[in-house]
Amino acid sequence: MITLDKVSYTYRSGQRALTDIDLNLEGGDFIAIMGENGAGKTTLAKHLNGLLKPSQGRVLVDGEDTRKVSVAKLSRKVGLVFQNPDHLLFSETVKDEVAFGLKNFGFAPEVVEKQVMRTLEALGLAEYAETSPFLLSGGERKRVALAAILATEPDYLILDEPTIGQDYQQKERLRNFILQLYSQGKAVVMITHDVEFVAESNPMVILLSQGRIVARGPADSVLSKDELVKKASLVRPQMSRLFSELTKYGFPSDVVDVHRARILLEEKLSEVKVRVAQNS
Amino acid sequence: MAHAPREIILAKNLGFQYVGARKAAIQEIELTIKENEFILLTGPSGCGKTSLCRCLNGLIPNFYQGEWTGELLVDGLSVTTQLTSELSRRVGYVFQNPENQLFALTVEKDIAFGPENLGLSRQEIRQRVDEAMNVTGTLPLKDLAPYELSGGQQQRVALAGVLAMKPSVIVLDEPTSFLDPRTAEEVMKATDDLRRELGLTIVVVEHRLDLVARYAERIIVMDGGKVVADGGLEETLDEKFDLLEGLGVGVPRVSLLWTMLRRDGLVSGKVPTHVESAAASLQGMMNQ
Amino acid sequence: MSLRTLEGFKFSTLKTPVHLLDPRTKFLIVIAVLVPALLFANIYVMIVLLLSQIPLLLVGRVARRWALSLRAGVFLSALIFVVNLFTGSYLSAIALTLRFLVLLTSFSLFFMTTSPDDLGLALDRIGAIRWLSRRWLGYPNALSFTFTTAVRLVPTLAVDAQTVVDAQRSRGLELDKGNLLKRVRNYIPILIPLLLIAIRRSLELAEALESRGFPGKEGRTSLFQLKLRPVDYAIIAFSLVAITGSFWVFFHYKIPVL
Repeated sequence: MITLDKVSYTYRSGQRALTDIDLNLEGGDFIAIMGENGAGKTTLAKHLNGLLKPSQGRVLVDGEDTRKVSVAKLSRKVGLVFQNPDHLLFSETVKDEVAFGLKNFGFAPEVVEKQVMRTLEALGLAEYAETSPFLLSGGERKRVALAAILATEPDYLILDEPTIGQDYQQKERLRNFILQLYSQGKAVVMITHDVEFVAESNPMVILLSQGRIVARGPADSVLSKDELVKKASLVRPQMSRLFSELTKYGFPSDVVDVHRARILLEEKLSEVKVRVAQNS
Repeated sequence: MAHAPREIILAKNLGFQYVGARKAAIQEIELTIKENEFILLTGPSGCGKTSLCRCLNGLIPNFYQGEWTGELLVDGLSVTTQLTSELSRRVGYVFQNPENQLFALTVEKDIAFGPENLGLSRQEIRQRVDEAMNVTGTLPLKDLAPYELSGGQQQRVALAGVLAMKPSVIVLDEPTSFLDPRTAEEVMKATDDLRRELGLTIVVVEHRLDLVARYAERIIVMDGGKVVADGGLEETLDEKFDLLEGLGVGVPRVSLLWTMLRRDGLVSGKVPTHVESAAASLQGMMNQ
Repeated sequence: MSLRTLEGFKFSTLKTPVHLLDPRTKFLIVIAVLVPALLFANIYVMIVLLLSQIPLLLVGRVARRWALSLRAGVFLSALIFVVNLFTGSYLSAIALTLRFLVLLTSFSLFFMTTSPDDLGLALDRIGAIRWLSRRWLGYPNALSFTFTTAVRLVPTLAVDAQTVVDAQRSRGLELDKGNLLKRVRNYIPILIPLLLIAIRRSLELAEALESRGFPGKEGRTSLFQLKLRPVDYAIIAFSLVAITGSFWVFFHYKIPVL
């Protein structure tokens, strides 16, 4: 478990980035951290693997205080996938790239080889094993970066804006992959502003605004509240906005997912159909 | 417009293959775009949308080398015979990454950059810069440096820089990818407002249709370098929904909802493209 | 030497009379200090040159930052002093150390009061640079644009550099461990991504610039211009006198170290 205990962080320039953050993260959790640009999402993420140490409060990873452990050691358990894959890629082949973390953690060569191939296959990158990562497309490079972090099988995975620039199919694949990961007992944290993706994946949502947590709850309850969503410079999901116009028909106000919307509408519309048939 | 809208972009059998590529990025493109249209260009990753855009302002074939086939006329100019610098007067291009478009050390100097290249008089440049700043709301930012701006501000400055060239067409290639949803909506609305005010033709490349559906009247869908659908947004979503879904295009959730309900025979009528029309249509169904 | 000492050379956005001088004027001031500093090795000359820049530092409100640049130069000054103690008299060691400080001050003053913008504009106007640019790169303003672009990208790439370090540390890279060879090798995962990011940013920038008409066929106009005002002319005249005067004294008299 990762615990953030009244964490505050102030930059050297004096600017306050985080105030009083309390958070618990366990295996099996799927959390989305959302908020406007500059709300502190990435700053918060960097506290989880020790890149940043809190100015006040403390961060415990499996009982250890992050101020007492090196980033390298914490990275064995906490995998942070940065937004832009180009900040990571440097190797001659995709294989070498994915092996980098494993080598840093001191695994034996046979283990490294096996683990690299396993990860590449899981992410559909096996055919590119001997290719230079720089020759791949943007979406493929993002997957290589993800593979590089997953190869060391961290217990906690943090994804920084994984859906930017991806088309719908790529997002679907990502969603399924995340589902696999947290059902295997890992903790997955996603930093994102992709409201529709969150609406369809239904994680626990933590809304950050100006360094504070302003809301915490399931996606359908947080994303359907207009004042909260506006504060975080987000927009309510289409389903939520649609159902705001339909409340007079007795529909609930916290619908964000298309499939739940369908079920609710099917019920009502079937009634209407029956009524129309009776009247004619 | 008093006169009938003229054809501002005309593509005949347009094709292009980058140097060293295994296959063509775009092929057999036949396209007619009229003045003042708002066009949504979409398709799965790698379908050729960006390559097509690059042809429109001459980046292909001037900046990107390769093999060109067919003809492309933009505002009367043939792209293959003009330098990008000449085409830049007719076609403006706003890129995906807000920060990498801004070159100068202050916003004002950056917006002036384009007109300066045209060799205009200093008064003319001054006038264009002031107009562009006013119309995009970037006047308060004029002495700031690019890295001091937020993503949304950067995109507005990029837009201002493009407007200062007084083009007749503006191409925006996934301009909101890095922006949060609220800012993305503002940028899209601002783009449409400018289109109406200045009579511009707009081409937006987007994966997420819901952002643009309120403004785009026409949709062009590409796959594997070819155009696979081209028509009104409503009609295409209505008749070719399965094609779009199959390609992995991010159809608006309300359109998906309606299609599912229609398949079950619970609603009838055209597929709505955005929340307001979907609400209206559903209310119509409920009130029967 | 930490990064904070570089503050002594960073442009400070103020509007003091010194800041408002034309960059070409300020550059001539640097030359007017440089010439006597290099021609002579006299302690009094050095002290005069150093003291004469102090009013400029004060008017320009950059005196505190200048102190930082002096701190940056402490190590080198000490080195120069010690080396010269061995190769000459202790008087000449003092003079040469002072000379170093004079030069340091002069450049520090220049960079703190001249914006990169204006430098770019000035570079654009200097005939020699335009000629060189046309021969090497095909366009008269290419060199000054290269300069402006480099300056523009520095803060952005600084952020990129930090991000790359963070990203690689998150993969277990430890930059402060191992022998010298290992430490150098550990910088490869930092330098390669950074280099590629710099190239990618530059290419995207080039694409965007070309899309806005760069470089243009006809002559390029500039919205902003540099104007030489009376105070500039006065200082330029004064500097030229100082420069020619120094040469004249040099050729006519032999000035000792003290």
